[in-house]
Amino acid sequence: MSHSEETAGTRRDFIYYATAGAGAVATAGAVWPLVDSMNPSADVLALASIRVPLDELTEGMQIVRLWQGKPVFIRYRNAEEIEAARAVDVSELPDQDAQNDNAGSGAEATDENRTIAPFGSDDPVFPAGALYVSSGICTHLGCVPVGEAGDFGGWFCPCHGSHYDTAGRIRKGPAPRNLPIPYAVLVEETVLQLGEEA
Amino acid sequence: MAGIPHDHYEPGSGGEKWLHKRLPILGLAYDTLMLPTPKNLNWMWIWGIVLTITLVMQIVTGVILAMHYVADTELAFGRIEHIMRNVNGGHMIRYVHMNGASLFFVAVYAHIFRSLYYGSYKAPREVTWIIGILMFVLMMGTAFMGYVLPWGQMSFHGTAVITGLFGAIPFVGEAIQTWLLGASAVGQPALNRFFALHYMLPFILLGLTLVHIWAFHTTGNNNPTGVEVRRTSKEDAQKDTLPFWPYFVIKDLLALVVILAVFTAVVGFMPNYLGHPDNYIPANPAATPAHIVPEWYFLPFYAILRAFDDSVWLVMLTKFVTFGIIDGKFFGVLAMFGAIAVMALAPWLDTSSVRSGRYRPMFKWWFWLLVVDFFVLMWVGARPAEGIYPVISLIGATYWFGYFLVVLPLLGVIEKPLTPPATIEEDFAAHYPKSAGSTGTSSSAAPAE
Amino acid sequence: MLKSLALSTALGLGVIAGSAQAAGDTHIEDFDFSFEGMFGSYDRMQLQRGLQIFTEVCSQCHGLEYVAFRNLADEGGPDWTDDEVRDYIEYNQIEVFDPALDDGYGDLRAAVITDQFPGSQVEGAPDLSLMAKARAGFHGPYGLGINQFIYGMGGPEYIASLLTGYADEPECALEGEPMDGNYNTAFEYGGYPESCLDEDGKHTVPGTWIAMGQPLWGEDVEFADGHSNDLHHEAEDVAAFLMWAAEPGLNARKQAGLTGVIFLSVLAVLLYLTNKRLWAPVKKGRDE
Repeated sequence: MSHSEETAGTRRDFIYYATAGAGAVATAGAVWPLVDSMNPSADVLALASIRVPLDELTEGMQIVRLWQGKPVFIRYRNAEEIEAARAVDVSELPDQDAQNDNAGSGAEATDENRTIAPFGSDDPVFPAGALYVSSGICTHLGCVPVGEAGDFGGWFCPCHGSHYDTAGRIRKGPAPRNLPIPYAVLVEETVLQLGEEA
Repeated sequence: MAGIPHDHYEPGSGGEKWLHKRLPILGLAYDTLMLPTPKNLNWMWIWGIVLTITLVMQIVTGVILAMHYVADTELAFGRIEHIMRNVNGGHMIRYVHMNGASLFFVAVYAHIFRSLYYGSYKAPREVTWIIGILMFVLMMGTAFMGYVLPWGQMSFHGTAVITGLFGAIPFVGEAIQTWLLGASAVGQPALNRFFALHYMLPFILLGLTLVHIWAFHTTGNNNPTGVEVRRTSKEDAQKDTLPFWPYFVIKDLLALVVILAVFTAVVGFMPNYLGHPDNYIPANPAATPAHIVPEWYFLPFYAILRAFDDSVWLVMLTKFVTFGIIDGKFFGVLAMFGAIAVMALAPWLDTSSVRSGRYRPMFKWWFWLLVVDFFVLMWVGARPAEGIYPVISLIGATYWFGYFLVVLPLLGVIEKPLTPPATIEEDFAAHYPKSAGSTGTSSSAAPAE
Repeated sequence: MLKSLALSTALGLGVIAGSAQAAGDTHIEDFDFSFEGMFGSYDRMQLQRGLQIFTEVCSQCHGLEYVAFRNLADEGGPDWTDDEVRDYIEYNQIEVFDPALDDGYGDLRAAVITDQFPGSQVEGAPDLSLMAKARAGFHGPYGLGINQFIYGMGGPEYIASLLTGYADEPECALEGEPMDGNYNTAFEYGGYPESCLDEDGKHTVPGTWIAMGQPLWGEDVEFADGHSNDLHHEAEDVAAFLMWAAEPGLNARKQAGLTGVIFLSVLAVLLYLTNKRLWAPVKKGRDE
């Protein structure tokens, strides 16, 4: 190879690498939208946050609302249920974590940390501790527990016999964790928002 | 045919030897990539790659679209809108798929006319050609069934018209049409099966693509001179050819990227230009659109279909001779499929001793007239069947058949062809004289062109 | 061969789009929309004005069933906040049909932000979600598709021209039987009186007769941004809104297209250089 061809060779190599690089980028740019198209679509994402009207929820009543294809328990607890839940010492619980997206990580599983904050300060429709919201899926193997049942008056999972108390905390049975509480906030006196808005 | 002599894959390392004994896949890849390719191929030899990539693009985007689509007459139209509005990047993927069909046909028509001009269909490449025509027919079927899926007005009434063609077959037509539709009219059974077939046929096309490539790798590529690569020895063959990689891969990629840039511009700036506005209206069996027009790529053949009605003497004669079994409607259907069938027969209809149109002074004129005829038919296919248009259709359709059935056989006898260069090497050297380097003239500055 | 083929392909591309052909002439004005051209995008304020016209006038009869309320908060669209959309639903007391209510018989309920707009309320009134793509304002000439290439398909132009195209019946129409509907110079596929045909059966006046009564007269709505509410501007605004409703991804699409074209052009130049260098020794005959 002659001298002049060597310098031409370096320049040639540069063009080759630049072309190969640009080609790779173009291919990746074409492939990414195809991959991304399989992520949740806009209508699915829009349902990541829903608003549930609670006008008809009365004391002692529970509704089950489907959210993102999964059941959510919404319960207006009466005074006895609140009292029963508050009487429990956290140190006795199998799972001492609040499992509450609203309370921050590491919060203790006290009854206060397991309920939804009231809307406004004076005379709210749902006083402190009254409104309970949690996932309706047993933390053991994914069955849906039955309400107002079990040894602790909360929920009872018929599949493998897990008992939850009136604050949705696991007390007895194979389930490892308390019923998780999703992002939930009262945006009006009687309107509950589940899930954060995008 | 023994194939062009060239170096074959030799497994180097121990691992390669191990694999080669069990599955010679690296050898296959090597022989495919290093295939000796005539070095004088011009820019019309790029369409095969464009078609292959387009097929892959259509399959990939199609599979993604199928993930979001529902083949239900109540839901289909809304699901397309769901893709267009909700799915991440869905509108782009759908527009690419939609216009990808057009790119497919632009490329296939260019590919076909290239073969017709350079005589690529002639012996020994008849099998490649026949497979190609088969793929073309399958492509049209696939495109048609894909157009049904959005379940718009054109989808619905287009399906009614096209399946109605089969209804024109004497005696069994109605039964065939009912069988195709799974009902007496276009509806849920038709939509569902067209979706299934639209998903499946591209994979058959992919398989046929491999057979098509296998066939011409056996015979070797044709080239602009139509002169065969010398097979007397490896050294001789090397003077006529260059390995496919990298020379032709890079060249084809360059062409592909330029074409994709234009395609991207169409998708980005005028995605509905080639479509029909009526297909954004949900299918309504009770109201037919004012003008039913097929997609542009069907128009030449649609024009041939419509060209023959009961007022044409040939149709009247046929009707009389067959005791009315072949009527105007059926004649039109036969003409449309016949227009494709005569293309398939080209290898046996062309009697010329010279392969490439470059060295056939009379042939050239007739060829270009066929190209013009094709575009005229395309244009007239979209015009209403009234006034001067049926006459134009008839002339156009007649020439289409005339070219294959009369001109090609006769020209071989009448025409005095020029003498092609003796070898591809000679042709190539004439384009690129050794001393001058790259000349300013066009690479296709062949004699008499 | 190559040059002529390129030319014929270009001609062919022109041919193919020219499919639909008007029965007679119609008068379509070429409005100058902000979303036209390679760099065009929707004008947010215009979309909000168009939405207002749609809500106060069109939605009395017409639906918009493929558009969701949440889309009103999308970037590139009217771009409201979620709360503004909720206020909009509440203020207009929009109800949607929920098939899950009333033990599966379905019932109306107040709409929420994730619902779609309701469909058409009046029989014969088409849904407007895709109207701007389902109509073409520009045709031909002679089915060559050149006008569509230059001016675009003309869906929004068609809508705006239709809204401004109501006119007094031409004199020739008064001679024969009274026509059903209203004379409109932009409407394409309506009824047409025989008394307005010439000897060759050609239309002597533009447009046809349309069933829909004139919906906009000018000053039908008051715009919060103080924009002119004469008929011409109202028609333009609502047509722009309907174009957005039909093609909400237009901005994103053009951006992706432009990026793609630029990038592929760069890649093409690089490949051209690569190809040239690769072939140079072969073309110079150095390898022999």
